[in-house]
Amino acid sequence: MESMELGHHISQQFNAELENVRNKVLTMGGLVEQQIVDAVKALVDNDSQLAETAISNDLKVNALEVAIDEECSQILARRQPTAGDLRLVVAIIKTITDLERIGDEAEKIGHLSLHLSGMEANKQHFAAIQHLGEHVHRMVRDALDAFARLDVEQAVTVAKVDDQIDDQYNGITRQLITYMMEDPRSISPSLDVMWAARALERIGDHAKNICEYVIYLVKGKDVRHTSIEQMEKAARRAD
Amino acid sequence: MNAIPSTGLDMAILQAGRQNLSLKDEQIMLQINNFKLYYGESQALKGIDMSIPRNKVTAFIGPSGCGKSTLLRSINRMNDLVDNVTVEGRIELDGSNIYDKSVNVVDLRRRVGMVFQRPNPFPKTIYENVAYGLRIQGMNDRRTLDEVVEKSLRGAALWDEVKDRLHDNALGLSGGQQQRLVIARAIAVEPEVLLLDEPASALDPISTLKLEELIYELKNNYTVVIVTHNMQQAARVSDYTAFLYMGELIEFSDTNSIFTNPQKKQTEDYITGRYG
Repeated sequence: MESMELGHHISQQFNAELENVRNKVLTMGGLVEQQIVDAVKALVDNDSQLAETAISNDLKVNALEVAIDEECSQILARRQPTAGDLRLVVAIIKTITDLERIGDEAEKIGHLSLHLSGMEANKQHFAAIQHLGEHVHRMVRDALDAFARLDVEQAVTVAKVDDQIDDQYNGITRQLITYMMEDPRSISPSLDVMWAARALERIGDHAKNICEYVIYLVKGKDVRHTSIEQMEKAARRAD
Repeated sequence: MNAIPSTGLDMAILQAGRQNLSLKDEQIMLQINNFKLYYGESQALKGIDMSIPRNKVTAFIGPSGCGKSTLLRSINRMNDLVDNVTVEGRIELDGSNIYDKSVNVVDLRRRVGMVFQRPNPFPKTIYENVAYGLRIQGMNDRRTLDEVVEKSLRGAALWDEVKDRLHDNALGLSGGQQQRLVIARAIAVEPEVLLLDEPASALDPISTLKLEELIYELKNNYTVVIVTHNMQQAARVSDYTAFLYMGELIEFSDTNSIFTNPQKKQTEDYITGRYG
Protein backbone atom coordinates (compact mmCIF):
# COMPACT_ATOMS: atom_id res chain seq x y z
CA MET A 1 0.00 0.00 0.00
CA GLU A 2 1.36 3.32 -0.97
CA SER A 3 -0.14 5.66 1.55
CA MET A 4 -2.60 5.43 4.38
CA GLU A 5 -5.62 7.61 4.24
CA LEU A 6 -8.90 7.14 5.96
CA GLY A 7 -11.25 9.49 4.14
CA HIS A 8 -12.12 9.82 0.47
CA HIS A 9 -14.64 7.01 0.26
CA ILE A 10 -17.29 7.49 -2.36
CA SER A 11 -19.69 6.86 0.49
CA GLN A 12 -19.49 9.91 2.77
CA GLN A 13 -21.51 7.97 5.27
CA PHE A 14 -18.75 5.35 5.49
CA ASN A 15 -16.12 8.08 5.98
CA ALA A 16 -18.20 9.44 8.83
CA GLU A 17 -18.62 6.03 10.45
CA LEU A 18 -14.89 5.28 10.38
CA GLU A 19 -13.99 8.73 11.60
CA ASN A 20 -16.52 8.46 14.39
CA VAL A 21 -15.28 5.12 15.68
CA ARG A 22 -11.68 6.28 15.44
CA ASN A 23 -12.51 9.37 17.48
CA LYS A 24 -14.15 7.22 20.11
CA VAL A 25 -10.93 5.19 20.40
CA LEU A 26 -8.97 8.38 20.99
CA THR A 27 -11.50 9.54 23.57
CA MET A 28 -11.16 6.19 25.30
CA GLY A 29 -7.38 6.60 25.15
CA GLY A 30 -7.65 10.05 26.74
CA LEU A 31 -9.76 8.64 29.58
CA VAL A 32 -7.31 5.82 30.17
CA GLU A 33 -4.36 8.23 30.23
CA GLN A 34 -6.14 10.32 32.83
CA GLN A 35 -6.83 7.19 34.86
CA ILE A 36 -3.10 6.37 34.95
CA VAL A 37 -2.17 9.90 36.01
CA ASP A 38 -4.85 9.96 38.70
CA ALA A 39 -4.06 6.51 40.06
CA VAL A 40 -0.30 7.15 40.34
CA LYS A 41 -0.82 10.57 41.90
CA ALA A 42 -3.37 9.11 44.33
CA LEU A 43 -0.85 6.51 45.42
CA VAL A 44 2.09 8.88 45.75
CA ASP A 45 0.15 11.70 47.45
CA ASN A 46 -2.03 9.40 49.51
CA ASP A 47 -5.09 11.03 47.98
CA SER A 48 -8.01 8.68 48.45
CA GLN A 49 -10.48 10.91 46.65
CA LEU A 50 -8.34 10.82 43.51
CA ALA A 51 -8.04 7.06 43.90
CA GLU A 52 -11.84 6.81 43.88
CA THR A 53 -11.91 8.91 40.70
CA ALA A 54 -9.45 6.59 38.97
CA ILE A 55 -11.52 3.61 40.04
CA SER A 56 -14.87 5.00 38.97
CA ASN A 57 -13.54 6.19 35.61
CA ASP A 58 -12.98 2.55 34.72
CA LEU A 59 -16.74 2.21 34.28
CA LYS A 60 -16.66 4.84 31.53
CA VAL A 61 -13.73 3.09 29.87
CA ASN A 62 -15.59 -0.21 29.96
CA ALA A 63 -18.72 1.36 28.51
CA LEU A 64 -16.68 2.85 25.66
CA GLU A 65 -15.11 -0.51 24.93
CA VAL A 66 -18.54 -2.07 24.55
CA ALA A 67 -19.82 0.79 22.40
CA ILE A 68 -16.80 0.74 20.08
CA ASP A 69 -16.98 -3.04 19.71
CA GLU A 70 -20.62 -2.71 18.76
CA GLU A 71 -19.87 -0.06 16.15
CA CYS A 72 -17.07 -2.16 14.69
CA SER A 73 -19.39 -5.18 14.38
CA GLN A 74 -21.89 -3.00 12.58
CA ILE A 75 -19.27 -1.72 10.18
CA LEU A 76 -18.12 -5.27 9.46
CA ALA A 77 -21.68 -6.42 8.87
CA ARG A 78 -22.87 -3.50 6.80
CA ARG A 79 -19.80 -2.31 4.93
CA GLN A 80 -17.66 -5.43 4.53
CA PRO A 81 -14.50 -3.32 4.70
CA THR A 82 -11.41 -4.45 2.81
CA ALA A 83 -7.70 -3.63 2.72
CA GLY A 84 -6.81 -0.55 4.82
CA ASP A 85 -10.39 -0.15 6.04
CA LEU A 86 -10.48 -3.75 7.20
CA ARG A 87 -7.14 -3.38 8.95
CA LEU A 88 -8.38 -0.22 10.66
CA VAL A 89 -11.41 -2.02 12.08
CA VAL A 90 -9.33 -5.02 13.17
CA ALA A 91 -6.69 -2.75 14.73
CA ILE A 92 -9.38 -0.81 16.58
CA ILE A 93 -11.00 -3.94 17.97
CA LYS A 94 -7.62 -5.08 19.30
CA THR A 95 -6.51 -1.65 20.49
CA ILE A 96 -9.56 -1.12 22.66
CA THR A 97 -9.02 -4.48 24.34
CA ASP A 98 -5.58 -3.28 25.40
CA LEU A 99 -6.93 0.12 26.42
CA GLU A 100 -9.55 -1.53 28.55
CA ARG A 101 -6.90 -3.65 30.25
CA ILE A 102 -4.78 -0.54 30.83
CA GLY A 103 -7.87 0.91 32.52
CA ASP A 104 -8.14 -2.21 34.69
CA GLU A 105 -4.50 -1.87 35.74
CA ALA A 106 -5.03 1.80 36.64
CA GLU A 107 -8.10 0.83 38.61
CA LYS A 108 -5.99 -1.77 40.42
CA ILE A 109 -3.45 0.92 41.36
CA GLY A 110 -6.36 3.00 42.67
CA HIS A 111 -7.44 0.15 44.97
CA LEU A 112 -3.86 -0.44 46.11
CA SER A 113 -3.50 3.22 46.94
CA LEU A 114 -6.66 3.08 49.09
CA HIS A 115 -5.28 0.01 50.81
CA LEU A 116 -1.89 1.62 51.36
CA SER A 117 -3.36 4.81 52.80
CA GLY A 118 -4.19 2.97 56.01
CA MET A 119 -0.66 1.66 56.40
CA GLU A 120 2.72 2.89 57.43
CA ALA A 121 4.53 2.79 54.09
CA ASN A 122 8.01 3.82 53.17
CA LYS A 123 7.80 6.95 51.05
CA GLN A 124 11.14 6.36 49.38
CA HIS A 125 9.62 3.78 47.05
CA PHE A 126 6.94 6.21 46.01
CA ALA A 127 9.47 8.30 44.14
CA ALA A 128 10.39 5.29 42.05
CA ILE A 129 6.71 4.53 41.42
CA GLN A 130 6.10 8.12 40.44
CA HIS A 131 8.98 7.99 38.01
CA LEU A 132 7.83 4.71 36.51
CA GLY A 133 4.26 6.03 36.36
CA GLU A 134 5.31 9.12 34.42
CA HIS A 135 7.38 7.03 32.06
CA VAL A 136 4.51 4.62 31.42
CA HIS A 137 2.02 7.44 30.99
CA ARG A 138 4.26 9.03 28.34
CA MET A 139 4.51 5.70 26.61
CA VAL A 140 0.72 5.27 26.46
CA ARG A 141 0.29 8.84 25.27
CA ASP A 142 2.88 8.40 22.53
CA ALA A 143 1.41 5.06 21.44
CA LEU A 144 -2.02 6.67 21.08
CA ASP A 145 -0.43 9.55 19.25
CA ALA A 146 1.20 7.10 16.81
CA PHE A 147 -2.22 5.50 16.35
CA ALA A 148 -3.92 8.85 15.75
CA ARG A 149 -1.30 9.98 13.23
CA LEU A 150 -0.67 6.51 11.71
CA ASP A 151 2.99 7.10 12.44
CA VAL A 152 4.94 3.82 12.20
CA GLU A 153 8.29 5.40 13.05
CA GLN A 154 6.92 6.63 16.31
CA ALA A 155 5.25 3.29 16.95
CA VAL A 156 8.66 1.59 16.77
CA THR A 157 10.25 4.24 18.98
CA VAL A 158 7.55 3.78 21.61
CA ALA A 159 7.73 -0.01 21.46
CA LYS A 160 11.44 0.20 22.22
CA VAL A 161 10.69 2.07 25.48
CA ASP A 162 9.09 -1.07 26.86
CA ASP A 163 12.52 -2.55 27.62
CA GLN A 164 13.39 0.46 29.80
CA ILE A 165 10.08 0.07 31.61
CA ASP A 166 10.86 -3.59 32.27
CA ASP A 167 14.29 -2.61 33.65
CA GLN A 168 12.79 0.02 35.90
CA TYR A 169 10.23 -2.47 37.17
CA ASN A 170 12.95 -5.03 37.92
CA GLY A 171 14.91 -2.34 39.77
CA ILE A 172 11.91 -1.52 41.96
CA THR A 173 11.31 -5.21 42.65
CA ARG A 174 14.91 -5.73 43.78
CA GLN A 175 14.75 -2.71 46.06
CA LEU A 176 11.51 -3.87 47.64
CA ILE A 177 12.84 -7.38 48.23
CA THR A 178 15.85 -5.99 50.05
CA TYR A 179 13.60 -3.79 52.10
CA MET A 180 11.26 -6.64 53.01
CA MET A 181 14.18 -8.84 54.09
CA GLU A 182 15.48 -6.12 56.34
CA ASP A 183 12.15 -5.42 57.99
CA PRO A 184 9.43 -8.07 57.89
CA ARG A 185 6.85 -5.56 59.17
CA SER A 186 7.17 -3.76 55.82
CA ILE A 187 6.13 -6.81 53.83
CA SER A 188 2.45 -5.94 53.56
CA PRO A 189 2.86 -2.34 52.32
CA SER A 190 5.83 -3.34 50.18
CA LEU A 191 3.76 -5.97 48.43
CA ASP A 192 1.15 -3.34 47.60
CA VAL A 193 3.84 -1.12 46.13
CA MET A 194 5.16 -4.10 44.20
CA TRP A 195 1.69 -4.83 42.77
CA ALA A 196 1.41 -1.19 41.73
CA ALA A 197 4.78 -1.36 39.97
CA ARG A 198 3.67 -4.59 38.35
CA ALA A 199 0.47 -2.93 37.11
CA LEU A 200 2.50 -0.10 35.56
CA GLU A 201 4.81 -2.58 33.89
CA ARG A 202 1.78 -4.35 32.41
CA ILE A 203 0.47 -1.04 31.11
CA GLY A 204 3.77 -0.67 29.24
CA ASP A 205 3.19 -4.06 27.61
CA HIS A 206 -0.29 -3.01 26.50
CA ALA A 207 1.09 0.24 25.06
CA LYS A 208 3.61 -1.80 23.12
CA ASN A 209 0.79 -3.96 21.74
CA ILE A 210 -0.94 -0.83 20.50
CA CYS A 211 2.26 0.13 18.66
CA GLU A 212 2.24 -3.28 16.99
CA TYR A 213 -1.34 -2.72 15.79
CA VAL A 214 -0.29 0.63 14.32
CA ILE A 215 2.33 -1.12 12.20
CA TYR A 216 -0.20 -3.75 11.15
CA LEU A 217 -2.70 -1.05 10.30
CA VAL A 218 -0.35 1.03 8.19
CA LYS A 219 1.94 -1.61 6.69
CA GLY A 220 -0.28 -4.67 6.66
CA LYS A 221 2.37 -6.67 8.49
CA ASP A 222 1.64 -8.49 11.71
CA VAL A 223 4.65 -7.91 13.97
CA ARG A 224 3.34 -9.45 17.17
CA HIS A 225 5.68 -11.92 18.83
CA THR A 226 8.64 -10.75 16.78
CA SER A 227 11.77 -8.84 17.71
CA ILE A 228 12.16 -5.07 17.72
CA GLU A 229 14.48 -5.47 14.72
CA GLN A 230 11.74 -7.16 12.72
CA MET A 231 9.35 -4.45 13.79
CA GLU A 232 11.74 -1.81 12.50
CA LYS A 233 12.15 -3.70 9.25
CA ALA A 234 8.39 -3.87 8.75
CA ALA A 235 8.02 -0.19 9.57
CA ARG A 236 10.72 0.89 7.15
CA ARG A 237 9.55 -1.39 4.35
CA ALA A 238 9.33 0.81 1.30
CA ASP A 239 5.98 0.89 -0.36
CA MET B 1 9.46 -11.83 26.71
CA ASN B 2 8.26 -12.11 23.17
CA ALA B 3 9.44 -15.51 22.06
CA ILE B 4 6.76 -18.07 21.36
CA PRO B 5 7.21 -20.74 24.02
CA SER B 6 7.65 -24.30 22.93
CA THR B 7 4.34 -25.89 23.80
CA GLY B 8 4.70 -29.17 22.04
CA LEU B 9 1.86 -27.97 19.83
CA ASP B 10 2.48 -28.89 16.25
CA MET B 11 3.29 -25.55 14.64
CA ALA B 12 2.31 -27.01 11.29
CA ILE B 13 -1.30 -26.90 12.49
CA LEU B 14 -0.99 -23.18 13.07
CA GLN B 15 0.51 -22.68 9.68
CA ALA B 16 -2.07 -24.77 7.83
CA GLY B 17 -4.60 -22.62 6.04
CA ARG B 18 -2.69 -19.50 7.01
CA GLN B 19 -0.19 -19.64 4.23
CA ASN B 20 -1.19 -17.50 1.30
CA LEU B 21 -1.33 -19.17 -2.06
CA SER B 22 1.51 -18.39 -4.38
CA LEU B 23 1.58 -18.53 -8.16
CA LYS B 24 5.04 -20.04 -7.90
CA ASP B 25 3.48 -23.26 -6.59
CA GLU B 26 0.84 -23.49 -9.30
CA GLN B 27 0.67 -25.26 -12.62
CA ILE B 28 -0.10 -22.68 -15.24
CA MET B 29 -3.11 -23.38 -17.47
CA LEU B 30 -3.27 -20.14 -19.40
CA GLN B 31 -0.27 -17.97 -20.12
CA ILE B 32 -1.09 -14.51 -21.42
CA ASN B 33 1.87 -12.65 -22.94
CA ASN B 34 1.86 -8.99 -23.90
CA PHE B 35 -1.71 -9.33 -25.12
CA LYS B 36 -3.18 -6.26 -26.81
CA LEU B 37 -6.64 -5.83 -28.27
CA TYR B 38 -8.07 -2.99 -30.32
CA TYR B 39 -11.68 -2.21 -31.17
CA GLY B 40 -11.00 -0.34 -34.41
CA GLU B 41 -8.66 2.45 -33.40
CA SER B 42 -9.23 2.33 -29.68
CA GLN B 43 -7.06 0.08 -27.61
CA ALA B 44 -8.99 -1.93 -25.01
CA LEU B 45 -6.15 -4.05 -23.66
CA LYS B 46 -2.69 -2.56 -23.35
CA GLY B 47 -0.29 -5.44 -23.14
CA ILE B 48 -1.53 -7.87 -20.50
CA ASP B 49 0.88 -10.38 -18.97
CA MET B 50 -0.49 -12.93 -16.59
CA SER B 51 -0.45 -16.61 -15.69
CA ILE B 52 -3.74 -18.25 -14.81
CA PRO B 53 -3.28 -21.32 -12.62
CA ARG B 54 -4.83 -24.71 -13.28
CA ASN B 55 -7.70 -25.94 -11.08
CA LYS B 56 -8.02 -22.62 -9.33
CA VAL B 57 -10.57 -19.85 -9.50
CA THR B 58 -9.18 -16.61 -10.87
CA ALA B 59 -11.31 -13.47 -10.66
CA PHE B 60 -11.02 -10.36 -12.81
CA ILE B 61 -12.24 -7.23 -11.10
CA GLY B 62 -12.23 -3.59 -12.11
CA PRO B 63 -14.53 -0.71 -12.99
CA SER B 64 -16.74 -0.78 -16.08
CA GLY B 65 -14.78 -0.45 -19.28
CA CYS B 66 -11.50 -1.58 -17.74
CA GLY B 67 -11.22 -4.50 -20.16
CA LYS B 68 -11.96 -7.40 -17.87
CA SER B 69 -14.76 -8.83 -20.01
CA THR B 70 -12.75 -8.21 -23.14
CA LEU B 71 -9.86 -10.15 -21.66
CA LEU B 72 -12.17 -12.98 -20.61
CA ARG B 73 -13.70 -13.17 -24.09
CA SER B 74 -10.24 -13.23 -25.60
CA ILE B 75 -9.55 -16.52 -23.87
CA ASN B 76 -11.98 -18.43 -26.09
CA ARG B 77 -11.81 -15.99 -28.99
CA MET B 78 -15.34 -14.71 -28.58
CA ASN B 79 -13.97 -11.39 -29.77
CA ASP B 80 -13.49 -12.93 -33.22
CA LEU B 81 -17.24 -12.48 -33.59
CA VAL B 82 -16.96 -8.71 -33.15
CA ASP B 83 -16.16 -6.64 -36.25
CA ASN B 84 -13.03 -4.57 -36.37
CA VAL B 85 -11.18 -6.33 -33.57
CA THR B 86 -7.45 -6.81 -33.90
CA VAL B 87 -5.22 -8.57 -31.41
CA GLU B 88 -1.49 -8.78 -30.76
CA GLY B 89 0.45 -10.97 -28.39
CA ARG B 90 -0.20 -14.52 -27.26
CA ILE B 91 -2.56 -16.47 -25.09
CA GLU B 92 -1.31 -19.98 -24.53
CA LEU B 93 -3.67 -22.71 -23.46
CA ASP B 94 -1.61 -25.52 -21.99
CA GLY B 95 1.42 -24.33 -23.93
CA SER B 96 0.01 -23.60 -27.38
CA ASN B 97 -1.08 -20.24 -28.72
CA ILE B 98 -4.84 -20.07 -29.23
CA TYR B 99 -4.42 -17.29 -31.78
CA ASP B 100 -2.30 -19.51 -34.01
CA LYS B 101 -3.66 -19.91 -37.56
CA SER B 102 -3.90 -23.65 -37.20
CA VAL B 103 -6.29 -23.46 -34.27
CA ASN B 104 -9.83 -24.69 -34.88
CA VAL B 105 -12.00 -22.15 -33.05
CA VAL B 106 -14.89 -24.56 -32.54
CA ASP B 107 -12.51 -27.00 -30.91
CA LEU B 108 -11.03 -24.20 -28.78
CA ARG B 109 -14.49 -23.21 -27.53
CA ARG B 110 -15.18 -26.80 -26.59
CA ARG B 111 -12.04 -26.76 -24.47
CA VAL B 112 -12.82 -23.31 -23.07
CA GLY B 113 -16.49 -23.09 -22.14
CA MET B 114 -18.30 -19.90 -21.33
CA VAL B 115 -21.27 -18.82 -19.23
CA PHE B 116 -22.81 -15.39 -19.57
CA GLN B 117 -24.45 -12.84 -17.34
CA ARG B 118 -28.01 -13.73 -18.25
CA PRO B 119 -28.85 -17.42 -18.33
CA ASN B 120 -29.44 -18.39 -21.94
CA PRO B 121 -30.92 -21.90 -22.07
CA PHE B 122 -32.22 -23.06 -25.43
CA PRO B 123 -36.01 -23.31 -25.74
CA LYS B 124 -35.79 -27.07 -25.42
CA THR B 125 -36.13 -29.57 -22.62
CA ILE B 126 -33.72 -29.61 -19.72
CA TYR B 127 -32.32 -32.88 -21.02
CA GLU B 128 -31.80 -31.61 -24.56
CA ASN B 129 -30.10 -28.46 -23.30
CA VAL B 130 -27.42 -30.49 -21.58
CA ALA B 131 -27.16 -33.08 -24.36
CA TYR B 132 -26.91 -30.39 -27.03
CA GLY B 133 -23.15 -30.15 -27.17
CA LEU B 134 -22.74 -33.89 -27.58
CA ARG B 135 -25.53 -34.11 -30.16
CA ILE B 136 -23.81 -31.59 -32.42
CA GLN B 137 -20.65 -33.63 -32.07
CA GLY B 138 -22.67 -36.48 -33.55
CA MET B 139 -23.27 -38.45 -30.36
CA ASN B 140 -26.68 -40.11 -30.39
CA ASP B 141 -26.23 -43.14 -28.17
CA ARG B 142 -29.05 -42.88 -25.66
CA ARG B 143 -27.21 -44.52 -22.79
CA THR B 144 -24.13 -42.33 -23.14
CA LEU B 145 -26.27 -39.23 -23.37
CA ASP B 146 -28.23 -40.22 -20.25
CA GLU B 147 -24.99 -40.69 -18.36
CA VAL B 148 -23.51 -37.40 -19.45
CA VAL B 149 -26.71 -35.48 -18.69
CA GLU B 150 -26.91 -36.88 -15.19
CA LYS B 151 -23.20 -36.37 -14.51
CA SER B 152 -23.29 -32.79 -15.79
CA LEU B 153 -26.44 -31.88 -13.88
CA ARG B 154 -24.92 -33.36 -10.75
CA GLY B 155 -21.72 -31.44 -11.44
CA ALA B 156 -23.75 -28.26 -11.70
CA ALA B 157 -25.58 -29.05 -8.43
CA LEU B 158 -28.93 -29.13 -10.23
CA TRP B 159 -29.69 -32.86 -10.52
CA ASP B 160 -31.76 -33.21 -7.36
CA GLU B 161 -33.94 -30.28 -8.34
CA VAL B 162 -34.72 -31.42 -11.90
CA LYS B 163 -34.30 -35.19 -12.05
CA ASP B 164 -38.07 -35.75 -12.13
CA ARG B 165 -38.73 -33.29 -14.89
CA LEU B 166 -35.86 -33.68 -17.31
CA HIS B 167 -38.21 -33.45 -20.24
CA ASP B 168 -39.87 -30.21 -19.17
CA ASN B 169 -39.01 -27.02 -20.97
CA ALA B 170 -35.84 -25.43 -19.55
CA LEU B 171 -37.40 -21.99 -19.72
CA GLY B 172 -39.69 -23.03 -16.86
CA LEU B 173 -36.78 -23.11 -14.44
CA SER B 174 -35.96 -20.21 -12.11
CA GLY B 175 -33.16 -17.83 -13.05
CA GLY B 176 -30.72 -19.46 -10.64
CA GLN B 177 -31.63 -22.93 -11.92
CA GLN B 178 -31.30 -21.77 -15.52
CA GLN B 179 -27.83 -20.43 -14.78
CA ARG B 180 -26.78 -23.75 -13.28
CA LEU B 181 -28.35 -25.52 -16.27
CA VAL B 182 -26.19 -23.42 -18.57
CA ILE B 183 -23.16 -24.44 -16.54
CA ALA B 184 -24.24 -28.09 -16.84
CA ARG B 185 -24.48 -27.59 -20.60
CA ALA B 186 -21.00 -26.09 -20.62
CA ILE B 187 -19.42 -28.89 -18.61
CA ALA B 188 -21.19 -31.67 -20.57
CA VAL B 189 -18.56 -31.39 -23.30
CA GLU B 190 -15.79 -31.66 -20.67
CA PRO B 191 -13.98 -28.38 -21.20
CA GLU B 192 -10.66 -27.63 -19.50
CA VAL B 193 -11.41 -24.02 -18.72
CA LEU B 194 -14.70 -22.40 -17.72
CA LEU B 195 -15.14 -18.69 -18.30
CA LEU B 196 -17.88 -17.05 -16.25
CA ASP B 197 -18.89 -13.54 -17.23
CA GLU B 198 -20.77 -12.04 -14.26
CA PRO B 199 -22.62 -15.30 -13.77
CA ALA B 200 -24.52 -14.19 -10.67
CA SER B 201 -25.42 -10.62 -11.49
CA ALA B 202 -28.96 -11.51 -12.54
CA LEU B 203 -29.55 -13.88 -9.61
CA ASP B 204 -31.08 -13.44 -6.19
CA PRO B 205 -28.83 -13.82 -3.10
CA ILE B 206 -29.72 -17.45 -2.39
CA SER B 207 -29.18 -18.54 -6.00
CA THR B 208 -25.96 -16.53 -5.95
CA LEU B 209 -24.70 -18.46 -2.92
CA LYS B 210 -25.61 -21.77 -4.57
CA LEU B 211 -23.75 -20.71 -7.68
CA GLU B 212 -20.72 -19.66 -5.62
CA GLU B 213 -20.79 -23.01 -3.86
CA LEU B 214 -20.86 -24.64 -7.28
CA ILE B 215 -17.87 -22.59 -8.46
CA TYR B 216 -15.98 -23.84 -5.42
CA GLU B 217 -16.75 -27.44 -6.46
CA LEU B 218 -16.01 -26.84 -10.13
CA LYS B 219 -12.40 -25.93 -9.55
CA ASN B 220 -11.64 -29.53 -8.64
CA ASN B 221 -12.06 -30.42 -12.30
CA TYR B 222 -11.76 -27.18 -14.21
CA THR B 223 -9.78 -24.02 -14.34
CA VAL B 224 -12.30 -21.29 -13.63
CA VAL B 225 -11.98 -17.65 -14.64
CA ILE B 226 -14.70 -15.31 -13.46
CA VAL B 227 -15.47 -11.68 -14.17
CA THR B 228 -17.51 -10.00 -11.49
CA HIS B 229 -18.61 -6.54 -10.48
CA ASN B 230 -19.31 -7.80 -7.02
CA MET B 231 -16.08 -7.54 -5.09
CA GLN B 232 -17.32 -9.49 -2.12
CA GLN B 233 -18.12 -12.27 -4.55
CA ALA B 234 -14.59 -12.20 -5.94
CA ALA B 235 -13.32 -12.26 -2.36
CA ARG B 236 -15.52 -15.22 -1.50
CA VAL B 237 -15.03 -17.50 -4.47
CA SER B 238 -11.63 -16.83 -5.99
CA ASP B 239 -8.14 -18.07 -5.18
CA TYR B 240 -6.45 -15.37 -7.22
CA THR B 241 -7.65 -11.91 -8.13
CA ALA B 242 -6.58 -9.64 -10.95
CA PHE B 243 -7.39 -5.95 -10.82
CA LEU B 244 -7.64 -4.30 -14.22
CA TYR B 245 -7.91 -0.61 -14.86
CA MET B 246 -8.07 1.22 -18.19
CA GLY B 247 -6.93 -1.81 -20.15
CA GLU B 248 -3.98 -2.57 -17.93
CA LEU B 249 -3.36 -5.25 -15.36
CA ILE B 250 -2.63 -3.23 -12.22
CA GLU B 251 -2.24 -6.00 -9.67
CA PHE B 252 -2.55 -9.77 -9.73
CA SER B 253 -2.06 -11.78 -6.59
CA ASP B 254 -3.65 -14.30 -4.27
CA THR B 255 -7.08 -13.15 -3.19
CA ASN B 256 -6.19 -12.90 0.50
CA SER B 257 -3.42 -10.42 -0.21
CA ILE B 258 -5.50 -8.36 -2.60
CA PHE B 259 -8.31 -7.95 -0.10
CA THR B 260 -6.29 -7.44 3.07
CA ASN B 261 -3.11 -5.78 1.92
CA PRO B 262 -3.04 -4.70 -1.72
CA GLN B 263 0.28 -3.31 -2.86
CA LYS B 264 -0.99 -0.71 -5.33
CA LYS B 265 -2.89 2.38 -4.34
CA GLN B 266 -5.23 2.05 -7.34
CA THR B 267 -6.24 -1.42 -6.14
CA GLU B 268 -6.77 -0.17 -2.59
CA ASP B 269 -8.88 2.75 -3.78
CA TYR B 270 -11.05 0.51 -5.93
CA ILE B 271 -11.72 -2.27 -3.45
CA THR B 272 -12.32 0.08 -0.52
CA GLY B 273 -14.66 2.25 -2.59
CA ARG B 274 -12.57 5.41 -2.75
CA TYR B 275 -12.17 7.80 -5.57
CA GLY B 276 -8.57 7.99 -6.74
